[in-house]
Amino acid sequence: MINVTIDGIKASVPEGSTILQAASEVGVRIPTLCYHPDQSIKANCRVCVCEVEGNRLLVAACAMPVFEGMVVKTRTPKVIEARKTIIELILANHPQDCLNCIRNGNCELQELAEEYCVRENPFEYKVRGFEKDFSTPSLFRDQDKCILCRRCIEACSVIQSVNALGLQERGYHSMVVPTMGKTLAESPCVMCGQCIHACPVGAIGEVEGINDFLAAVADPEMIVVTQIAPAVRVAIAEEIGMTTGSMGMDTFVTGLRQVGFDYVLHTNFTADLTILEEGNELLKRVKEGGTLPMFTSCSPGWINFCETFYPDLLDNLSTCKSPQQMFGSLVKTYWAEKMGVDPSKIYSVSIMPCVAKKFEAARPEMNASGYQDVDLVLTTREIGRLFRMSGLDFSKLPGSNFDSWMGAYTGAAVIFGATGGVMEAALRTVYEVVTGNVLEDVNFNVARGFEGIKEAEVDLNGLVVKVAIAHSLSNARKLMDQVRAGTSPYHFIEVMACPGGCIGGGGQPITKRNAKRIERIDALYAEDAGLPVRKSHENKEVAKLYEDFLHEPLGHKSHELLHTHYHDKHKTVL
Amino acid sequence: MAEEMRIVLRNYGKVDPLNIDTYVAQGGYQSLDKARSMDKAALMAEVKKSNLRGRGGAGFNCGMKWTFAAGAQADQKYVIANADEGEPGTYKDRLIMENDPQSLIEGMAVCAYAIGATKGFIYLRGEYPELVSTLNAAIAQAKDKGFLKDFDLEVRRGAGAYVCGEETALIESIEGKRGEPRFKPPFPPVIGLWGKPTIVNNIETYANIPAILEKGADWYAGIGNAAYPGTKVFTLTGDVVNKTFFEVPTNITVRQLIFDFGGGIVGGKKFKAAQIGGTSGCFIPESLLDTEVAFDTMGAAGLSLGTGATFVMDETRDIVDIVTRIAGFFEHESCGKCAPCREGTMRTAEIMEKINEGKGSVKDTALLDKLGTVMSYSCLCGLGQAAPSPVLTTIKHFAADYEAKFK
Repeated sequence: MINVTIDGIKASVPEGSTILQAASEVGVRIPTLCYHPDQSIKANCRVCVCEVEGNRLLVAACAMPVFEGMVVKTRTPKVIEARKTIIELILANHPQDCLNCIRNGNCELQELAEEYCVRENPFEYKVRGFEKDFSTPSLFRDQDKCILCRRCIEACSVIQSVNALGLQERGYHSMVVPTMGKTLAESPCVMCGQCIHACPVGAIGEVEGINDFLAAVADPEMIVVTQIAPAVRVAIAEEIGMTTGSMGMDTFVTGLRQVGFDYVLHTNFTADLTILEEGNELLKRVKEGGTLPMFTSCSPGWINFCETFYPDLLDNLSTCKSPQQMFGSLVKTYWAEKMGVDPSKIYSVSIMPCVAKKFEAARPEMNASGYQDVDLVLTTREIGRLFRMSGLDFSKLPGSNFDSWMGAYTGAAVIFGATGGVMEAALRTVYEVVTGNVLEDVNFNVARGFEGIKEAEVDLNGLVVKVAIAHSLSNARKLMDQVRAGTSPYHFIEVMACPGGCIGGGGQPITKRNAKRIERIDALYAEDAGLPVRKSHENKEVAKLYEDFLHEPLGHKSHELLHTHYHDKHKTVL
Repeated sequence: MAEEMRIVLRNYGKVDPLNIDTYVAQGGYQSLDKARSMDKAALMAEVKKSNLRGRGGAGFNCGMKWTFAAGAQADQKYVIANADEGEPGTYKDRLIMENDPQSLIEGMAVCAYAIGATKGFIYLRGEYPELVSTLNAAIAQAKDKGFLKDFDLEVRRGAGAYVCGEETALIESIEGKRGEPRFKPPFPPVIGLWGKPTIVNNIETYANIPAILEKGADWYAGIGNAAYPGTKVFTLTGDVVNKTFFEVPTNITVRQLIFDFGGGIVGGKKFKAAQIGGTSGCFIPESLLDTEVAFDTMGAAGLSLGTGATFVMDETRDIVDIVTRIAGFFEHESCGKCAPCREGTMRTAEIMEKINEGKGSVKDTALLDKLGTVMSYSCLCGLGQAAPSPVLTTIKHFAADYEAKFK
């Protein structure tokens, strides 16, 4: 342990601690801007500078390791003047349109401006004047707001291994740009949106669909139907000032009706359906010598990644559409039939933890119902805004149930939102289908946890299935390189593009710490454990769907509505 | 009058840079032999005792720096010569490399032996293309003669970025990355090139090493200013009679440098200011001319020694105009990594231009003063920390020049 004094307070901290860490131990908060708890130290904003006795220079608290006897002062006039001047410098070329900004109220720079009482900036206001990039349906970039902390670059290159963002020019002309100065759409961006979580300000955000939603609600002709992905519920509470996982599903459903949805259904329904289709597809590939390993196909950022970087392995991808898109094609066919409504009047909205889902819904091939299957994707953050706009007090709202035909779900569907969840859900079903035995303990703990890559062997009455699970695309890349090299030992690989799976998706409440992602995962497993039915093949509404409409997994109608094909995007990128 | 004393330029005009035999004839490579016969710790103790301090501008004890790299455990260590000499007006390193490259190579080889490195790089300023062949020929001859043994040496060229003279930016550049500084600690002797212990020294520093080993640490420590002993090569430019270079003991004064060695001001005009250390150097008024040029005496007077480039200005010079141009230089050369330098250099240039155009007021110099002071202790690297020096020292010593420009 190292003994230090911070603002007169003595502390004993582990060797290798930074001043920032040591200060937080003794309750001294040092302001930061480029610092990100789950990324490498950057020390480029210099907002965290402090005085260290014996040093003429101020030191960056985020980067400076403590030494025995170190005396640190974090709030001397010299320090305060330096920090305030740096904040003023950054603000002087930052658009002063906080009121219109997507990060209004949730911006690290805005907080600093407030904390340091920046009133009259002595530097002349001078915005760089870049054009905004709205080239993708998922993400936009507002480069004028970029403060060059480089956190998005690290998210894109280190966590995701996509390298769609880089630096160009130098000095005052430095800018973060999509590779080779192209637009995001022309870059290798897979639209996972992890850069949004990394961004301290409003330089990157989701393309908002709130106005489209309000227009649909205002149209008396339209039947506005929604599906909710499993990861949304555990995180939505964070958007309205409640603790993670604390909003009950029933009040959430009421809230959605209050903001204007006519019918509230659940993506979990098609998550269970995915297990039946995908599980049978896997068994078919194993038995008939199909392409293995098979990859899951629920995560649209991951699909984009495959199409961009591994177009030679597209045959390994399950042909199953994602639960969102299965839902989309069924709501305008099966559900419309059951409800006796005109599918052309259905406005299908999905509520997702994901920004890549916006791109997926807009794919031209996603029209099996005869219409664009999903009309609008709203992220968890956008639903949070709708809830705030509507002034709902969830502590007082009564609960209500999902609507019929496509609202029932099992615990297996709930855990789709966590890394390893799809694998576990599939194993619960595949085990019983193959062995004919009842699975006594449905918990496959090998599939759980936050390690980047997990692997397991499952013995299905002599049929040994080797599986692997990856979250974050840099981890997926490791498994993909094995497959490409012909050394992959697996039958089945689950990949989720985002850290932690969908609970860490690009559309979730702005998340800096993986610890928050783990909290959400825990909330999902708790929900699963509390449900009476935890195996997808025991979902009665799904059984009814097969009985009345689809007839059998992988059947003719399934192929038409629930399966898709992929495109080689490699050339368009390079 | 004080006299020149040539240590790093000892072979200037005496050797053929393309013929190693002429260097050997002057006693070359005997110091390397001597070093290799010594215990490494004793060798570094000798260098440390000489109190040779880095000639690149930071003034760190050279032998002590070496011990940090020697003490670090690693499968590979590196020795780098910083030949990025990018300070306008500075050409001392070029003098050494183009006239006596073997002095540099011998100094580097001693360092490699001391710290246990087998690989070295000479990071050469992009604007010195003609030196590539000289250095490569010198390295090849030293290898052929067997002087370098297992020490492999390579020339790497910069691409013209001023910031790459900063040792960690230089390392990033060799690694093939954007030329941007790293935060310190860790320092290069512990974690440097490709994460390995690395010594980066200036050319002038290395060129001192053979002489120190030949004549002994005590001899060297006794020359010039005791705290910063030895000699320093100064390059004089501007309104001075002798626009040339001098190697002088470190206890001469700025006045001696300009008026004795430099021969005073051209055309019998009056002295107005001198900027020592390159573009980021402080502006020295008449009243501080009797400061000794050594590192610490300059520092104590609020000045800097830097590279020793000395730019002399006569009474007709427009100080504010000159500083405005300097501010533009730093706006251009800031790498953009850290906020106070990226934004601060641009704002400094903006406000200096405003004042220079006659649109400024005392509020502007007050803001420049605050901004420059904050930059001097908040920026990530030496570039941003030193960039405000010309502004700060002219506001302090030449306030009347600013006032004359106010609207």
